[in-house]
Amino acid sequence: MAKRAKAAMPAASAFPVPRRDGVLIGRMTASPAVTVTPGGQASRLSLRAPEKSRAVLSRALGLKLPETPRATVQAGSRTAIWLGPDEWLVLDDPDVDLMAGMATVKALHSAVDISHRNQAIMVAGPSVEATLNAGCPLDLSETAFPVGNATRTVLGKAEIVLWRTDAKTFRVECWRSFADYCFTLLASGARDAAMG
Amino acid sequence: MLLIRCPYCEEDRPELEFRHAGQAHIARPANMAEISDEEFEEYFFIRQNPKGLYFERWRHIHGCARFFNAARDTVSDKFVKTYKAGEKKPSVAKPKAPPAKRAAAQPASAKAAPKKAAPTKAAAKPARKAPAKRASTGGTKTRRGANKP
Amino acid sequence: MTAHRLPKAGRLTPAREVRFSFDGKAMTGLDGDTLASALLANDVHLVGRSFKYHRPRGILSAGSEEPNALVGIRRDAARQTPNVRATVQEIYDGLEAVSQNRWPSLSFDTGAVNDLAAPFFSAGFYYKTFMWPKLAWKRLYEPNIRAAAGLGAAPDEPDPDLYASRYAHCDVLIAGGGAAGIAAAVGAAEAGASVILADEQSEIGGALRFEAGASIDGQDGWSWARAQMAKLSAMPNVRVLTRCTVFGYHAQNMVVLAERLTDHLANPAPEMSRERLWQVRAKHVILATGAIERHMVFPGNDRPGVMLASAARSYLNHFGVAVGKRVGIYTANDSAYYAALDLKRAGQKVQAVVDLREDPKSAIVEEARAAGIEVLTGHGVVATNGRLRVSGMIARPRDGGRERSFSVDALLTSAGWTPSVHLFSQSRGKLAFDAGRQIFLPGENAQECASIGACSGMEDLAAVLDAGYAAGEQAARKVGGSASSTMRKVQSESWSGGMVGAGPGAGADDTSRAFVDFQNDVTAKDIRQAVREGMRSIEHVKRFTTNGMATDQGKTSNLHGLAIAAEALDKPIPEVGLTTFRQPFTPVTFGALVGHNRGALFDVTRRTPMHQWAENHGAVFEDVGNWKRAWYFPRAGEDKHAAVARECRTVRAAAGVFDASTLGKIEVVGPDAAAFLELMYTNPWQKLGVGRCRYGLMLREDGFIYDDGVIGRIADGRFHVTTTTGGAPRVLQHMEDYLQTEFPHLNVWLTSASEQWAVIAVQGPKAREIIAPLVEGCDISDEAMPHMSVRECRVGGAPARLFRMSFTGERGFEINVPADYGPAVMEMVWAQAQNHGACMYGTETMHVLRAEKGYIIVGQETDGTVTPNDCGLDWAIGKKKADFVGIRGLKRPDLVGGGRKQLVGLLTKNQKHSLDEGAQIVADPQQPKPMTMLGHVTSAYWSPTLGRSFALALIADGRARLGETLFVPMPGGKAIEVDVTGTVFYDESGEKLHG
Repeated sequence: MAKRAKAAMPAASAFPVPRRDGVLIGRMTASPAVTVTPGGQASRLSLRAPEKSRAVLSRALGLKLPETPRATVQAGSRTAIWLGPDEWLVLDDPDVDLMAGMATVKALHSAVDISHRNQAIMVAGPSVEATLNAGCPLDLSETAFPVGNATRTVLGKAEIVLWRTDAKTFRVECWRSFADYCFTLLASGARDAAMG
Repeated sequence: MLLIRCPYCEEDRPELEFRHAGQAHIARPANMAEISDEEFEEYFFIRQNPKGLYFERWRHIHGCARFFNAARDTVSDKFVKTYKAGEKKPSVAKPKAPPAKRAAAQPASAKAAPKKAAPTKAAAKPARKAPAKRASTGGTKTRRGANKP
Repeated sequence: MTAHRLPKAGRLTPAREVRFSFDGKAMTGLDGDTLASALLANDVHLVGRSFKYHRPRGILSAGSEEPNALVGIRRDAARQTPNVRATVQEIYDGLEAVSQNRWPSLSFDTGAVNDLAAPFFSAGFYYKTFMWPKLAWKRLYEPNIRAAAGLGAAPDEPDPDLYASRYAHCDVLIAGGGAAGIAAAVGAAEAGASVILADEQSEIGGALRFEAGASIDGQDGWSWARAQMAKLSAMPNVRVLTRCTVFGYHAQNMVVLAERLTDHLANPAPEMSRERLWQVRAKHVILATGAIERHMVFPGNDRPGVMLASAARSYLNHFGVAVGKRVGIYTANDSAYYAALDLKRAGQKVQAVVDLREDPKSAIVEEARAAGIEVLTGHGVVATNGRLRVSGMIARPRDGGRERSFSVDALLTSAGWTPSVHLFSQSRGKLAFDAGRQIFLPGENAQECASIGACSGMEDLAAVLDAGYAAGEQAARKVGGSASSTMRKVQSESWSGGMVGAGPGAGADDTSRAFVDFQNDVTAKDIRQAVREGMRSIEHVKRFTTNGMATDQGKTSNLHGLAIAAEALDKPIPEVGLTTFRQPFTPVTFGALVGHNRGALFDVTRRTPMHQWAENHGAVFEDVGNWKRAWYFPRAGEDKHAAVARECRTVRAAAGVFDASTLGKIEVVGPDAAAFLELMYTNPWQKLGVGRCRYGLMLREDGFIYDDGVIGRIADGRFHVTTTTGGAPRVLQHMEDYLQTEFPHLNVWLTSASEQWAVIAVQGPKAREIIAPLVEGCDISDEAMPHMSVRECRVGGAPARLFRMSFTGERGFEINVPADYGPAVMEMVWAQAQNHGACMYGTETMHVLRAEKGYIIVGQETDGTVTPNDCGLDWAIGKKKADFVGIRGLKRPDLVGGGRKQLVGLLTKNQKHSLDEGAQIVADPQQPKPMTMLGHVTSAYWSPTLGRSFALALIADGRARLGETLFVPMPGGKAIEVDVTGTVFYDESGEKLHG
């Protein structure tokens, strides 16, 4: 994949870095039972690769790509989430250029930048499971879905990636045009969950 | 809402995460451009609709996104087995005949008995047909269709 | 205190009064009353009018099986709920209840004329009567029947309440919180299982609510239930849901519950959900749904004041209300005797117990006699007196003899107990008929469940409790819990005895009105008539008579109806069959079923990153799938036509800026990417140079067009594929299917990037000048970046994929930038665009401009039966390719034969005429109908560029008809004359594309 149509893509620009307009700006719902807040910007990579490339890619990423369903592996600010037998979602801080890190990897793989495709929503609090269960049909009890588990699933009519980051906190990742729907559904679920 | 066992995620997951994808074990002919009208008809249009055991494709589209195969009993709507794409069609016991418990209670049961034998017959049909079809299209020679043996 | 509330009876607190109204009359009840108990305390027995005959009806039961006492409950104009069971509705301060199905008033109802005409309204009346003349059905019968039919009235305003739904998982779900359910919950919970216990009543306890004779471990039954409730509520692994009906039992133990959260509250907080739908996946289900008492079927059994014996006990023992001062009892089983004794102890007169059994041998019968109650065994009640309230009962020996008349103001009946097997049956479990007791019981389980207590035919409380604990423990053990059961001392009441079918006086030759189904006004005679008229199966009898088809689903009537039909057919009951138990167990509101999915959550509304920008510039939006897309940008005083005309002219003359973000985008990456695209698209891809683009055409295997889009090669092993807006998900699914299951040997992966990129199209002769100041790292001259090329560069400082492509026929660029940068880059582009006289344009202008060029839109020009050749797209098929999806389908005889519909242009003879999309096209408008239709209009627009209307159409052998005149017949008989033309109306040579 040496030759690219970007012979002249300049690293620097005469323009200031353009403004970034995310979605869900200013949205927030909070009660003692649960809070729903938009996640911040992030670097995201959709990584696809066969088993034989896993070791090389793990070295390049600086973390061991998880090999089992629902598994996540974290190293520093970076997280890799198992989404399928040959698919990972890699998350990192917004200023990290994940694509650049993959550019030199020779092992067979596909890396696609999806930093702007997804939006994160953080759901946290004592009633976090009931809130998510307003639209997610999975068993989210700590025994069935322990801390560190993550999976692609559904939230109402939207597809999401759901990641339990600690006992009472989940990160929801959805496509950006679904973020309004997901947030509104979670806010509605949070309202009901606060009732008991 | 059914629970379906995804052979890649190795767990039961809610039906909402899945999408049905039609009959299983129909390999795309490798020599597609050359097949006869009859072979194309058989490949593209003809599908089984058995009462009883049925082999079908599903995709865990909102999960691991993999296509896989399933043996399902269309009478009880129960999944007998799910298995990865590319794996051989498993030998699955024919679905049990419905319990004859109500035979005494239901006058119609005597009449219904021969009808109830039908599903097992229909279920056996695709099993016989599939290998024949593969042979006619030479589908196993290349790696094409390898996941739909 | 009201007259019928007894000072020392019941469990409610006399000081806690609640004010409510019924039909406008102010009344008081007590906190904890149901509307039914409060009305009875006020000596109101007449509560409604029956559906068909408008007969006065009272309160039959004290539970959700109630067929008669249906009322409307009103909070305000938008909150009016019809057909609420008075026996379920709890009262609150300010509750307004109104009776239904009566005019002008409950006690004087003109509709009661139906009752006089009853002989004409017998079973099957509607089927037989309104058959002829044929036209009368539509014009006369149906409108009148519709006006007269229906119970209650729904509010006209939108429902202002909030609803919720929730998925839940547990080890053990217990349906029913009576003695059995409580015991099961305790057994399972103490063994460590996670438990959900649901009961439809306001408090758990079930039959212990009225069983004054039951005691457990030295406590009376109700106190025991309270203690267990306290224990269960304190356990972290238990959730007790009251006012929560388990109404559906689906496959794999998916059980659906409706929880009512605010219907009992005077002033619910506005953020509270009125109802919550639970979808529970349970490892084990324990059905402890109890049994429903049957009424006796005898003439005049529907008068207000005729009530189930257990209901009278509930009203007395729980609510402290005596349902009558002179009470008669008519029974065929033991349990009704307790009602007689309870009422007598409470100081009311019990006139007689009429027992249909010849010689009931039971301690309770002797106890009644010993208490001085007259017991007439082997007798039946053959008539009642009274109009708006029962005033007398007439008894005689069952085989005939001297009649005796008793003055009564309440008549309590019990024909025995019908196990509630509804949920078990919904679970697909098989029912077994107990011929001895004449009831259906749970047989073989179809799922991981157990039936315990009265719903499984158990009568003895001690046995019920033992079974309950055991079932709970067993279920818990299966999921890894351990048992800890103790023995209990239990005192129980007798529930034995019972009968099904009609009693004496409602016999085979009798024409009297002995009601089987109160809610649908079905009598024993109706059922016999159905059999006489040839109905053999209970399914036919049910539909002919409507027995069991009302909103109570025949909870009290089905078994009686079945027994009467069986008797008339002279067959055993199981041979006549049993109608299907369908969910919901009791009616469920639409609100509960809809849950969160209203308003903004009814469906996903997708907006592009530049949505706000478009809104700020006055865009009118249209729905495209789930997307909101800018349709056109009207300026002050412009209508749609004017705005679109201006936008079209401006793009052609200068340039326009368009938000194309909704296009589907799939990143195809891997060394075999080109090989894979070769298979998925008709076009060749291997030789497409890096930095070049090509229009790709995707077929299904049958040869019909599935999707299209421009595909750019970013690198050797990386393609940027675009799809139609609506096609993105199905195209990805289609590609994944082939990649995973047919071509898994190819080293290539697909990633949806639709939402990664904001796409700003700049189209028009000035397009290059507009974007030039913003582009860095890329020569965008015609020579360096010709039509159909792609570059990675920077635009306005943002990393970009810049496409040189056109969907307008003009020189065009599409700027892809990461989505968050979209608005900022759009503002920069727009600032430049204004310097060049450009406009912003929407989807309508895009459609006009592409149609002027003859570019198809998949789904508009195509409908799943259109081939590339039909659309004149043969050029897009790689002639040397050995394989691609659709290659064989294209050779099918029907696809290569003559007579296919082909895409052509149409111009109306009269330039002012415009065509309708979808309009049919004929050769001869004078041809008698049905005319031979040659095809249809697929796109029709007004072209400001051409100064006239134009259209695209699919017409049989269209390309052979160029120059012909055809006709488009219109409603009203006129036909529009059209000329068949080519599909390109603008810049046929294409030179504008290249600048």
